[in-house]
Amino acid sequence: MDLHLLDLHVEDLHAEDLLRRAAPQVLAALVRRYGNFETAEDAVQEALLAAATQWPEQGLPDDPPAWLVTVASRRMTDLLRKEAADRRRDERSVTLVPDDALVAPAAETEMLDGGDDTLTLLLLCCHPCLTAPSQVALTLRAVGGLTTAEIAHAFLVPEATMAQRISRAKQRIRAGGARFTMPATPDPERLRSVLHVLYLIFNEGYTSSSGPHLQRTDLTQEAIRITRTVHHLLPHDGEAAGLLALMLLIDARRGARTGPDGGLVPLAEQDRSRWDQRSIKEGVDLITDALARSPIGPYQVQASIAALHAEAERAQDTDWPQILHLYRMLQDLAPGPMVTLNHAVALAMAHGPRAGLMFLEPLEHDARLSRHHRLHAVRAHLLEMAGQTDDARACYTLAARLTTSVPEQAYLRGRASRLDMNTL
Amino acid sequence: MTIRHSPHIEKEDEMKYVILIYTNAKNWEHPIFAQTPEFLALPDDERERLLREDDEVIREIHESGELVTAGALADPMNTMTVQRRDGAPMTTDGPYMEAKEQLAGFFVVDCETPERAAEIAGRFPDTRFSPIEVRPIMEMSGQEM
Repeated sequence: MDLHLLDLHVEDLHAEDLLRRAAPQVLAALVRRYGNFETAEDAVQEALLAAATQWPEQGLPDDPPAWLVTVASRRMTDLLRKEAADRRRDERSVTLVPDDALVAPAAETEMLDGGDDTLTLLLLCCHPCLTAPSQVALTLRAVGGLTTAEIAHAFLVPEATMAQRISRAKQRIRAGGARFTMPATPDPERLRSVLHVLYLIFNEGYTSSSGPHLQRTDLTQEAIRITRTVHHLLPHDGEAAGLLALMLLIDARRGARTGPDGGLVPLAEQDRSRWDQRSIKEGVDLITDALARSPIGPYQVQASIAALHAEAERAQDTDWPQILHLYRMLQDLAPGPMVTLNHAVALAMAHGPRAGLMFLEPLEHDARLSRHHRLHAVRAHLLEMAGQTDDARACYTLAARLTTSVPEQAYLRGRASRLDMNTL
Repeated sequence: MTIRHSPHIEKEDEMKYVILIYTNAKNWEHPIFAQTPEFLALPDDERERLLREDDEVIREIHESGELVTAGALADPMNTMTVQRRDGAPMTTDGPYMEAKEQLAGFFVVDCETPERAAEIAGRFPDTRFSPIEVRPIMEMSGQEM
């Protein structure tokens, strides 16, 4: 009985995986044939839903992607006819009515193409005319094959809100006249924004993989899967390899980053035997190879830092001078407040807490950053390290008041009260 | 000695905010700002303009996918105040605090930046008659330090 259930479960996983993989291919096939991204996207979603309900009952079709293309094309034809009828009713744009030749489903095998479509779709979903949340939502739906309900659930917003974001994004793409064609050489800027969107998806899943929202780790897996695809399509792009390595190296710590009580465990206190060595090895190999072959970029530097942490058997074995050197590089390549804060920590670990605190001093006068809990959290740790207990406690408390994250607040309050106990 | 070292992940500022609208209106009818003595004293075209502004901002945040949820609250006389006395919950009719300003409604928005949340709040005509509060909603997620 148990075995039987297990089989079913494995089969479900397999079908789901197939669906996710096929989604961008099927969408690309439809867009190439009918040229209407917005409607094609709806048709593909309906085909995926049909597959999700029919396959478990009737078994997998012989050629799942072809099955999906057939069903999606049929749906597309219906939708285009309906749109044409609506337009006729509106008595405008009669000339836009598609003729039967255009709306008749083509043989699915003619329509499916190689893997390059995924990249074209990604570039379209990350179009510069869209806001970051729209790029993220559209990427997860069109390339990830997630339903609107799944995406809404992952971002903790109602389905109606997410549906609105997706439909607005599709309208903007249409209004912007974006073409479904692969540029001869992909614009490096556009590719950077694709990587950034994948990074945001990973981030969203990663920061939430503690507490009551464990299911959201799906987002990290989805981000890794799509980034892996991009890396396979563009094996010579060092930043795509760097981003994949970064995700794998950070994801490797998943099992160790929360304690039994669900609280956050800082990197230095994590049980390193629980780090996933297979992910670490893959990440380290990827970044080593990328560094040897490609011009350096911010994701590669971040992956190198993550690799140095991953390779330290104990926290005290960490190669801080090397990490400090990498943060200096990152500061040049992609400056930002979080880079500066991490730079200060590396400086403190390499040259003592005073060096780190001095480095942070100018930031305390920055109007926006001075209200950011991370600045005060870092100062608190450095002050604690320097033995200034009272100042450290005040900084932890201020950081705890400023943060808007429940687990981070619990962690910061815990650090402050630990200092109280030590002074007793 | 342990030291935190943030993973090199930066979560964007995008988060949810609740926009709290208070009022001193004598009559309870939404949109509530239209019941304030200050609004009622305005010339017709000015009042129409403000009502249009109200529709516009709500439509904008709905269409942009920033609006998560919203609620217009009923007249405070419908408030129930619940308190546990000697282990038993006790319900009394009417608000807990008899204040001149009452909470009239709220919007929950999901924004890319705190500046955007404040911008949305500033577009509600209510701000012309009484201040409205924008407060971040805490997240159940976080990252190890």
